[in-house]
This record gives sequence, C-alpha cells and structure tokens, in this order.
Amino acid sequence: MNHFPEAWGRPRDDVYGAYNSSYLQTSGPKTHTSSPAVTGTSVIGVKFNGGVVLATDNLASYGSLARFTDVKRLRSFGDKAVVGFGGDVSDMQYIDRLLESIDIRENYSTHGNMLNAKNLHTYLAKVFYKRRSEFNPLWNHVLVAGFDGEGEPFLSSADLLGTTFSAPHLATGFGAHLAVPILRRVFPDEKPIEEISRDQAVAALKDCLKVLFYRDARSLDKYSIAVITKEGIDLKENEQLEGQSWAFAERIKGYGAQTN
Amino acid sequence: MTSLLDHSRGETVGYSFSQSTAAPVRQHGFYPYTDNGGSTLGITGSDFAILAGDTRSTSGYNINSRMVPKVFKIGGEDETGEGAHIILSVVGFAADGNALKERLDAVVKMYKYQHGKSMSVSACAQRLSTILYGKRFFPYYVHAILAGLDEEGKGALYSYDPVGSYEREQCRAAGAAASLIMPFLDNQVNFKNQYIPGSGEGHALEQKKAEPLPQETVKQLVRDAFTSAVERHIEVGDHLQVMIITSNGIEEVFHPLKKD
Repeated sequence: MNHFPEAWGRPRDDVYGAYNSSYLQTSGPKTHTSSPAVTGTSVIGVKFNGGVVLATDNLASYGSLARFTDVKRLRSFGDKAVVGFGGDVSDMQYIDRLLESIDIRENYSTHGNMLNAKNLHTYLAKVFYKRRSEFNPLWNHVLVAGFDGEGEPFLSSADLLGTTFSAPHLATGFGAHLAVPILRRVFPDEKPIEEISRDQAVAALKDCLKVLFYRDARSLDKYSIAVITKEGIDLKENEQLEGQSWAFAERIKGYGAQTN
Repeated sequence: MTSLLDHSRGETVGYSFSQSTAAPVRQHGFYPYTDNGGSTLGITGSDFAILAGDTRSTSGYNINSRMVPKVFKIGGEDETGEGAHIILSVVGFAADGNALKERLDAVVKMYKYQHGKSMSVSACAQRLSTILYGKRFFPYYVHAILAGLDEEGKGALYSYDPVGSYEREQCRAAGAAASLIMPFLDNQVNFKNQYIPGSGEGHALEQKKAEPLPQETVKQLVRDAFTSAVERHIEVGDHLQVMIITSNGIEEVFHPLKKD
C-alpha cells in the first residue's frame, strides 16, 4: 500500500492500475508542429513577357482524405504580388495573417513605397529560416510571384527549411516531378521569357494542372489561377479543369485488383 | 507531481491492466538540414585568387534551379557587390550558406564603418571561423572558402569545415564533387607525384616543386576541373561561375556547363 501524499485521494494502483498518463507528455520536445496535418499539394508558376502566372488546386487534404475542397491557396499581397502555398494549411493561414498585418502597416506608413514581390520573398524566406532554426518549422513550400525592384517579372520559391531558389518556371511538391518537365519542354531554357505570351503561359499551366489531376492522388479538378502583370492581379479562384480525357486510363494495367 | 507519474514505485499486482502506460520517449521528426549539392573550387596565384562554383541547386534527384550562384562578394554594395575586396563561396545547405554570407557581409561592413578602413583578409578569415564556431552545437552545414589578396598583394585562400576549423591553402575543392576535383588539384597545382626527369638514380627522383601558376593556366585548370566533375557527378552542372580577384578588383564570368 502506497502511503505517500501524492497518492492520497486517488484510486488504488494495486486495484485499478496505474494512472494512464500517456496523454500527458512527460518528456521530450514539443512535437505537434513537427509534421504537417491538413495539407495542400503542388503550386506551379511560369514567367512570361510582362508578368507571371501562378496556379494551385483548391484542395486541402487530411492525409489521404480529401478534407476541404474549397480552400484558396493563392493569396495576394496588396496589388503587387501573389503567394502560392503548398504544405500545411494552418501554417498558411498564420503566414497570411502575418502578411496582412505587414500590408496594413505598409499602407499606413508615410514613406509611400510598397514592398514588391522580391522583398516579400526575402521576408518569407527569413521567417521560414528563423522558424526552422527554432525547431518549430512552418510546414510550407511557397512560390512568390510579382515584380522585382527593376520592374522585371519575379518568380521565386521558399520552403520550410529556408531554402530559396528562382527560375523561369517553378513547381512545388508533386509538381516538381510532373509539371516542371512539361514546362521545360514547352518553354526551353534557350527561349527567352520575352517570347512567351500570357496566353501561352496560362495554357501551359492548365495543361500541367490537368496532368497533376490525372496522376497526383491528392489533387482536385477545381483550381485557382493568378496572372500578375503591371496592370494588376487577375485572380480567379473557382476554375474548373476542362478537356479531361481519361481514355488513357483504360490502357493502364497491373494495378489494384486487376493484375493482368 | 513527478512521483505521481513515476510508476516504478507503485506496487505491481498481476492485473491485466497494470502494465506500464507511460508514453515512450518520442523522437523529433523534423530534420533541419538538407543538401543542395554543387561544388566549389578556389586556387591562388602570386597576385590573384580565383573562386569558382557551379550554379546548379538540387534536392535529391530534382534540379531546383539552374542558376543559383554560390560565390559571393563580401562587404560591397548590396545589389552590385561593388567595392568588395573579399569573396566567399559556400556549398552544402544553401539556406545556411545564405545566412552565413549575410552575417559575414554585415560584419565586414560594420568593421569599415567603425574603423574607417577595409577589413584585411586574414582578419576576415579569423572572424569567419569565429562565426562558424559560434554555432558549434547547431552548425551552419556548409563548406566555406574565403579568398582575397593579403597585405603583400599575394592571393590568399582560406578553407573551412562546418564548425570553423580553417587553414590558408594554395588550392581547395569543396562540396559534392570535392573528392573528384581535389586529387586533380593536388597533381596539377601542388605537383604531387610529379618528379623531375633525370634528377636521380632509378626511382629516387626529385619532387617537382610547387610554385604559383600564371592566371591563364589557373583559369584553364578551373574549367577543366568542372567539365570533368560534371561528367561524373549528377549534382554538378548547368553553369560555372568564376570570380577572379586582383589588385584591379573583382571580375566575374559565367561559362556554360552540361545541363544533363
């Protein structure tokens, strides 16, 4: 029999078993932010003559469950830049609040010059890097699109580790495997972005979204697309994939129940 | 409270539910580093220093971008790097590399503001070691090489490990293809395993003495080293960025490399 004061008023361990403290974290660091929960899949983007296009689908998955089918993953920052979010949706909403407060502060400031997409990308990369250095990462991979200080089209990526890179066309997540090869074929390195029209860029992204919907199991045929030009941001958030052809599916053999 | 959760003191009776319910110690699931591939190389001469690196950025088998430079001017103007007299290359984890570059850049600028003169390369080299060692228990995961001209106007090259051990050298290769390039440099810059014909009896020949090479020879060695590395290492390629520092300032050139 345990007579120690900490056992007073408790059911007897020898009769009822020890108190189940498994839900109390007894040791180790905080772990609930060390893996994503509700996630968005790929973000894809291309530069063209006079601007940038960015696209995502409207799905937020909970593991393999298609949990939320109307989540807008393209967020505009003022009328200067758009951020496309892949990865954890709650972290996306947190970053969106951060950006909102910066935008308001900048608009009330007296200096009058607004942050451009390049400034915004630098800021986001530093937020990501700081959080990863605290072992409390923001679980996202983002693309930032808009214009740099010289007024040239700007497209750059930042991820949860603070890694950054920039290229004429970029894609995160599954898109890095499926969309980038398509974009590199349509717009090869030798072809300067001055030779790519807005319509070509939009059409190429729609093709990529279609391929992603065919092959990425955590994707959706509803999508958002943003075209950023000097005139402003043209953001469409309730688009539907068109011209799908599932004829190829019939020829795929060797999966699931049917194995020959 | 601690002893309440301590089950070892409670009497154990043979009930089925009396097994320990303590939560196992869970491991942190977040790894804060990644490898972005690429390779760098530095060689000095009597009145110059060359630092070169490829511009490919990778994650796993993916190519993030074909144009992410790894060699930076330190202590110059922000956008152009004008007025810099020290160059730094970083290879390994690119986010750490950028953070390290920005810290050293700030240090060199503050030194000039506070002392009214430029920081010497040897002082900068010592400071870089201190910065790296300051994060001894959460290191910058990079292999850094620092180059400039010393007080006598001779080429100076310092190479570092991730925690700040450093050494002045004639030449050094770092990064993914270091093991491919370094032996080539040993032979071609320091003349290792080269003997003077007819200088002795049988195999007891005299070693060929290493001496500073002319700039044109070094430039060619750098290009040869990288074209060879590209053939055998998948993480190296796209473009070769070369910075040459002389008493006339810093010259930067890009050469094409294979993109496969």
